[in-house]
Amino acid sequence: MSSVTGEKPASAAQELRLVGFLCNWCSYGGADTAGVGRFIQPTDLRIVRLPCSGRVNPLFIAKALLQGADGVLVSGCHPRDCHYAEGNFYARRRLEVFRHLLPTLGIDPRRFEYTWVSASEGQRWQHVVSRFTEQIHSLGPAPRLQDAPELDWLRAEAVA
Amino acid sequence: MSTQEELKQIILKVLPEVECVIGWGPGPDPLRASPCFMRAAPDVDSFVAGPLAAANTALFLPEYKGKKVALVVKGCDSRSVVQLISENLIKRDEVIIIGFPCAGVLDENKVAARLAPYGEAGEVGQVQFGASELKVSLAGQELSLPLADVLADKCGRCKYPGAVLSDHFVGDAPTAPPHQDDFKDLAELENMPLEERFRFWEKEMSRCIRCYACRNACPLCVCRDHCVASSREPRWLSQSDGVRDKLMFQVVHAVHLAGRCTGCGECQRACPVHIPVLLLKRALGRAVGQLFGHAAGLDANAAPPLLTFQMEENNIKEREW
Repeated sequence: MSSVTGEKPASAAQELRLVGFLCNWCSYGGADTAGVGRFIQPTDLRIVRLPCSGRVNPLFIAKALLQGADGVLVSGCHPRDCHYAEGNFYARRRLEVFRHLLPTLGIDPRRFEYTWVSASEGQRWQHVVSRFTEQIHSLGPAPRLQDAPELDWLRAEAVA
Repeated sequence: MSTQEELKQIILKVLPEVECVIGWGPGPDPLRASPCFMRAAPDVDSFVAGPLAAANTALFLPEYKGKKVALVVKGCDSRSVVQLISENLIKRDEVIIIGFPCAGVLDENKVAARLAPYGEAGEVGQVQFGASELKVSLAGQELSLPLADVLADKCGRCKYPGAVLSDHFVGDAPTAPPHQDDFKDLAELENMPLEERFRFWEKEMSRCIRCYACRNACPLCVCRDHCVASSREPRWLSQSDGVRDKLMFQVVHAVHLAGRCTGCGECQRACPVHIPVLLLKRALGRAVGQLFGHAAGLDANAAPPLLTFQMEENNIKEREW
């Protein structure tokens, strides 16, 4: 396989903080396959390996986004291909419901995506991670929560 | 005989077979009723039903699991009961459900705001209800407020004013659903640009004092001492007073209630600093309705939408990439 695939990393400029939750059996293997194949990928994504996409608690995503992640990607085995037969079916429902909460919270729903990549799909993984990184770069860094901005003057005074 | 008197008769009738009957009694002031636990006949004298009975009586049921209790329910309370039964958190044969047609309950904040020009809502003397008005005496004046202006928001979108499940029902069961829920409150928030919504929550949550009244008032928050909010390992929330942890807790509460919340609004009513926390739960409730056609607390035998799946989901579109 060639290391040249025609796709460039989404951004050579400022790196953003992306968190990926990948299942051990398919997507993590897929990411590994992409690595072994030396496919060029953007380096913004930090991967957390989980036993199954069914292990993903939607609160992982909420916590990551509120703690300053600019984007969160969840990837598991394709439906009907779950190592544990049905983990990703439950995950799909949970993640889809959770997605609907983001606009109400004022977080762009495009900052969170979930998808399926199998262990042999190195090329697909490269595509997914590039697409997602590109998407987040087009959105820019996520807004951060500030503590009581109306008390800024007090804080300034305390420092002075 | 008034609905309240009829309810008293039924309470007296079931009292001997149960540990207690949960209903409402006099509250801290004439504008509020408190939950009341009736164990003997004299306790029933002060029973109150009607617009003051805002508290959700289903809140106390899980504590009584294993004992037989009866409770008086509004439509919204009955949905909480059904949801508890469907999750096997209480047993159907351990509760006697007494329903009545509810005409809506007061929102004490709305009343206080209306009375503010005349005096403190806590100093109200006489309280009387007309067909469409609330009459109070305050600081020597007789005031009349239109009921429509002071009823809780949830009552304006209530589809089930009578109990969805009951053993005894007083009065005529309401037939046609009187209201529709158009999610106007959510639309109002969602008309703001995304960033503004984010700042809205930042501002609202900065008031939070982390008292967890919202959690304690929730009839479906049944983890009690095992809540993730107090877990140190894993450390879901820190002890800091920052907005981040405060908002994170609201997300925890909403996500844990996804597909379970019946929209009784007790979380928001309990909030001492008036944060509209129900909005997040309603957003998830709406999503579950759209995706799986499920509404919580209507059918005790329905499969919980997040504990089941379909190989091909009808309403979930896969990402194109």
